[in-house]
Amino acid sequence: MSWIATIGLETHVQLRTESKMFCACSTGFGAPPNTHVCPVCLGYPGAMPVMNRRAVELTVRSGLMLGCEIPLYSKFDRKSYFYPDMPKNYQISQFDQPLCEGGGVDIALEGQPPRRIALTRIHLEEDVGKSMHFRQSSGVDFNRAGVPLMEIVSDPDMHTPAEAMAYLVALKQILLYAEVGDCNLEKGNMRCDVNISVARDDATELGTKAEIKNMNTFRGAFHALEYEIARQIETLEGGGRIVQETRRWDPDTQMTYSMRTKEDAHDYRYFPEPDLMPVELTEAQIDRWRAGLPELPAARRERMVEEYGIPPYDAAVLAADKRVGDYFEAVARQSGNAKASSNWIMTEMLRLLGEQELEISEVRVTVEALAGLIGLVDHGTLNSNSAKDVFAELFANGGDPQAIVAAKGLTQVSDTGAIEGLVQAAIDANPQSVEDFRNGKTKAAKFLVGQVMRVSKGKANPQMVGEMIERMLS
Amino acid sequence: MDNESMGFNFNSLTVHALQEQLQSGATTSVEAVTSLLAAIAERDGELKAYVTLDAEDALAQAAEADRRRADGEDAPLLGIPLAIKDVLNVTGQPCTCGSHILQGYIAPYDATAIAKLRQAGAVFVGRTNMDEFAMGGTTENSSLQVTHNPHDLDRVPGGSSGGSAAAVGGGIAVAALGSDTGGSIRQPASFCGCVGLKPTYGRISRYGLTAFASSLDQIGPMTHDVRDAALLLGAMAGVDPMDSSSVDCPVPDYTAALSGDLKGMTLGLPQEYFVKGVDPEVESAVRAAVARCRELGAEIREVSLPHTEYAIATYYVIATAEASANLARFDGVRYGRRAEGATDPIDMYGKTRAQGFGPEVKRRIILGTYVLSGGYHDAYYLTAQKVRTLIRRDFEQAFEECDALLSPVTPTPAYKIGEKVNDPLQMYLGDMFTATANLAGICGLSVPCGTTAAGLPVGLQIMGPAFGEEQILRVGHAYEQAEAGS
Repeated sequence: MSWIATIGLETHVQLRTESKMFCACSTGFGAPPNTHVCPVCLGYPGAMPVMNRRAVELTVRSGLMLGCEIPLYSKFDRKSYFYPDMPKNYQISQFDQPLCEGGGVDIALEGQPPRRIALTRIHLEEDVGKSMHFRQSSGVDFNRAGVPLMEIVSDPDMHTPAEAMAYLVALKQILLYAEVGDCNLEKGNMRCDVNISVARDDATELGTKAEIKNMNTFRGAFHALEYEIARQIETLEGGGRIVQETRRWDPDTQMTYSMRTKEDAHDYRYFPEPDLMPVELTEAQIDRWRAGLPELPAARRERMVEEYGIPPYDAAVLAADKRVGDYFEAVARQSGNAKASSNWIMTEMLRLLGEQELEISEVRVTVEALAGLIGLVDHGTLNSNSAKDVFAELFANGGDPQAIVAAKGLTQVSDTGAIEGLVQAAIDANPQSVEDFRNGKTKAAKFLVGQVMRVSKGKANPQMVGEMIERMLS
Repeated sequence: MDNESMGFNFNSLTVHALQEQLQSGATTSVEAVTSLLAAIAERDGELKAYVTLDAEDALAQAAEADRRRADGEDAPLLGIPLAIKDVLNVTGQPCTCGSHILQGYIAPYDATAIAKLRQAGAVFVGRTNMDEFAMGGTTENSSLQVTHNPHDLDRVPGGSSGGSAAAVGGGIAVAALGSDTGGSIRQPASFCGCVGLKPTYGRISRYGLTAFASSLDQIGPMTHDVRDAALLLGAMAGVDPMDSSSVDCPVPDYTAALSGDLKGMTLGLPQEYFVKGVDPEVESAVRAAVARCRELGAEIREVSLPHTEYAIATYYVIATAEASANLARFDGVRYGRRAEGATDPIDMYGKTRAQGFGPEVKRRIILGTYVLSGGYHDAYYLTAQKVRTLIRRDFEQAFEECDALLSPVTPTPAYKIGEKVNDPLQMYLGDMFTATANLAGICGLSVPCGTTAAGLPVGLQIMGPAFGEEQILRVGHAYEQAEAGS
């Protein structure tokens, strides 16, 4: 008999709104401590929350992208617990009537049939402040307090760390497509907690679960799950018991540590938030939001294969990031050469972005510039080696490819007369290669082409040179 | 009681009378405020109604009002001095809520009701005492001082808006603001012989009113007569984008409803409010008021509010549940008092709250925490919400056949100071006729209806349907005028 693990994830995503969930303060990141605050988000006496309608819309939009049911009536509740980063010592959240119910995320692991990970719900709540510890004292920065957070809760529907990873990657991709948040784990605007238990594979009930917090990367979540599954199996095989508890992942030691057990778990004492009215949506409103949804990543991959005739692998790479996909489609349309567009982006562009840790949105190569560059190659104005130089220049400094070609004097020499002279000179200077070629060594022709290219400083059209050598020697 | 000073008799000076004097140029706001401050200096030593008084600031506001008037402005309350219960945020002023825990807190913003009154030209003279966080019916639960009833200094002024009631009833305020969660405006008004109005839930924005029980709290005026209550209500009412529970319902000219007669009105007597346990002197004063209303043309009809007996239990479950969360923010982290010598944040909370809150507040936080806790939530909180719906329906049915309901405000007149301090349950029962209006979200008015043989005021409660303030003000005004004329 072997063990089976059961994994559920709770993912918090900061929504992309201008103002906080219940007040007009900015959600901007990186401001000096306690500068984006007001009586409402500081929990001053008498201050009251007012709902951010945009946050409701973004949550519902996420739910629609993830195939959730959107109830017409939902409400907010108070979740009580004391912590210094929590201004009111209760968090406004949603308990039993969330904005979205059900839904799922499709994952496909290599060598396994695709499957859908079921979602339980998505609800909306407010973020807390950030505790800061100094040598002699501690402080709290409340800039983040009240920032809208969406919590996506999966069913306990995954069984391996790889499935959990695939779920997170697919979820993040869909949310980025929905343009509801930045989903940047390092900046803390996407966070996840996992619930994990193990049981014998013939058991009818789930084992006792542990909740793990503090994973700041998808990889961290993966390793934390691997560690925790092994720890739980080892404990059970050693005759021990798993206690229901919350554990913290330590990325330095790559281990989990107990934070608190069920006995000291909070009793949140949920009750309906009397300061807010329930959220009442209409079918018409939901339909309007549904009509404004972007394409899902999976649908886009299929369409890109169909529409641009690119391989499924290319489509998957290009559609992985919505903005890269958008960029590709714009370049492909403008240049009329989808294959070249895909090649440039998949090889040069993504390589340089990776090396320089840049996002596509920060790139200096405009759609017009890359389409123009592809046009120059297609029209034979530029050979592929020179084109790479031009691309590097565009990536570094931006600009217009035509102007760069002119400035660097890179225009390909396709003038038959000029090339003929160079070819004749190469033939005259390399009698051995001519001899070899005539004896059937085709490689010798390539050497001669190389010589012509060297002498022309790369400007000769290599295809023309090759053809001319063959003609002149045969 | 002689509070005459420079020609002002603050025992009876109304907002509308002072308005006329200011408009005619017979006096100025500086003169009125100066003499009011003199009256306070003379009388408040024994009443202890005010907890904060900034004479300099009050006179500066009055001078500003006079300057605005000189510039040709005539805002409705321009230059009128008001006393404010210490539960409302007024920019730059303390707001202790009668608690040590808010020691040192200075409000950084105006409550919406305050901002509207400021816009209308009012002068905020001082802050009045209250039961800590509005929890209580005697003002003895204030951590700052004990306020005395102006009609008998050995007695309580009622509560929780006891400071405002004592100030108006004791002739050291022209008018005041209170807040009412279960009777905290109407009960002290009846104990101190003034008019107190609890508007419909949602009529006046709660933004800036330090919350006790968010689904029950309302701000309201405490005044010398019904016309003043109508005036102040009109100045504060209306929907507020900062308070999602405020209702977008047109604000009429409430003074236009004060017609002076009751012809064509049907007034109900809820039988559950005229029961054993009501002091005979209170009952006879209220019955006499009912008779007066009949004389004024009203048809009187007995009605039943069958779920009345569950009101106190329901009220104390809901109010304490909400309070337990509302008061969680007082932790010493961001403002107010912080206990010294704590070893960690949780220890700091414990010490701060143990030192900062008084016994009644602690009792209610514990009660509220209990009724919401796992395993008890459904039995207490959910059941209370269901009963609340039944109580609301009782009233809806009664208002199908009545324009307003008449009852005593409280079963007894003002108690002796210290009489009920050690018997909280007995004290809670004092809310039985008032808490129902908060649970149902309707409006209620307390109007003086005579005194007991010992000279203690008795109040007549006039309850109206949601947004039926015009009806109850009309009844209260007609009755008041008839009594004044008799």
